[in-house]
Amino acid sequence: MEQGIRHFQEELETLKGRLLEMGGLAEERVRASVEGLVARDVDLLGTVLTGDEPINRLHIEVDNRAFRLLALHQPMATDLRAIVAAVKINSDLERVGDLAVNIAEAAARYLGHAPVKQLIDIPRMGSIAQGMLRDSLDAYVKRDMDLARAVLNCDDELDALKTQVFRELLTYMLQDVNTIEPALDLILVSRHLERIGDHATNVAEDVIFMVSAQDVRHHPPAAP
Amino acid sequence: MSVATGPTPPSLGNIVSQRELTPPASGPCKIEARGMNFYYGDKRALQDISIQILPNVVTAFIGPSGCGKSTFLRTLNRMNDIIPGTRVDGTVLIDDKNIYGPGTRVDELRRTVGMVFQKSNPFPKSIFENVAYGLRINGMAGTRTELTERVEQSLQQAALWDEVKDRLQDSALALSGGQQQRLCIARALAVKPDILLMDEPASALDPIATQRIEELVYNLKKQYTVVIVTHNMQQAARVSDYTAFFWLGRLVEYDRTDKIFTAPSEKLTEDYVTGRFG
Repeated sequence: MEQGIRHFQEELETLKGRLLEMGGLAEERVRASVEGLVARDVDLLGTVLTGDEPINRLHIEVDNRAFRLLALHQPMATDLRAIVAAVKINSDLERVGDLAVNIAEAAARYLGHAPVKQLIDIPRMGSIAQGMLRDSLDAYVKRDMDLARAVLNCDDELDALKTQVFRELLTYMLQDVNTIEPALDLILVSRHLERIGDHATNVAEDVIFMVSAQDVRHHPPAAP
Repeated sequence: MSVATGPTPPSLGNIVSQRELTPPASGPCKIEARGMNFYYGDKRALQDISIQILPNVVTAFIGPSGCGKSTFLRTLNRMNDIIPGTRVDGTVLIDDKNIYGPGTRVDELRRTVGMVFQKSNPFPKSIFENVAYGLRINGMAGTRTELTERVEQSLQQAALWDEVKDRLQDSALALSGGQQQRLCIARALAVKPDILLMDEPASALDPIATQRIEELVYNLKKQYTVVIVTHNMQQAARVSDYTAFFWLGRLVEYDRTDKIFTAPSEKLTEDYVTGRFG
């Protein structure tokens, strides 16, 4: 059993490693898409638009590794929860990668127009979403429940900023119909960033489940 | 018992909460042990076991070799009585009656608490006679028609009837291992027990025969209280409703099977079910 468990643990560590690699790529692509928008850097946006392949490859690899571990080792308890959490986190990270592409698409369209306004809240949202993603993955690596709970608490801030962005852009659109098209793209960007926060929240919830077997989904988060 | 790599299992003294007396669900219990100790000579093999087992569910006992799970199973129909130098103290109640109390008829106890062993042990008789034997010696044979009906019912309950109905007079020893094991189950069921104890009933069988036994166990709980000892944790997870984890002669954790295998409360249980020791 000793050898079997070592083999299993090595495979599980590899699975976690791949997931973190994927998380790093997703986080970087979110950063690049927002940076490309703010700095009006078309080339940077181009790298996001064409660079989805590594995440997609990892998405499939992580799923395959998880299925293989489940089938060959029939893990129980904490090991079972770690693999189920990995499968769910995998889906969330893949979606984050897709949302980064969506942000880059909207940003590329936005850059075809004159700027509607100076961008303040969207970079803030980008920074919060990236931080949530980073912290949720750190919580996963360190099995840190407090950090995971802190991620859950950040989500409200992101939601509030999204509403603020929408209201502000609405006033611009009401004043000048020429701003409608670019402003809608900014609203889309804020919506995508808010969704990234939701995926980071899912990751944090999965970490709490993995560590403590508590299911905190659809409940108000406990105080950290 | 050897302890493998990984975190050192905590000493029993560190176990925070013993769930032994907590029935994992409400309702009257079928079997109850209270502060039971069991000795092989001077060696205490079971320490202070308290557990409540519910009727019409499958309860699995798991734990590493030598943890006392089979010993405890055998105390439930006093099968250990036949081993010289053994001794029990504490109480084991079945339907609220102390089976170690004075006035217990052990033959009657073993009729109501049937047992199936790891290795199938059919008598060197025909298939029919294997099932009829218990009925005859218990004076339950009745008329020839009643006997034949009861044999058929028992073979059907054990999911063996369709395979043997045309050759009931053939020797039981000509059956396959899986069929022999189901015949032994039919033999135990023939005398209308309330409880069926199964000690590693599928450990010597191939995966297909094992699956048939597991399906059978699942179906039997509608009529019987089933207690099964198994080394195979996946089997315990598949067939049982409740699982009790034994270690070094102690009951460490007893809870719903899904809880034990997804989120056990005790670190020791967690380490065992994830293969970190044992």
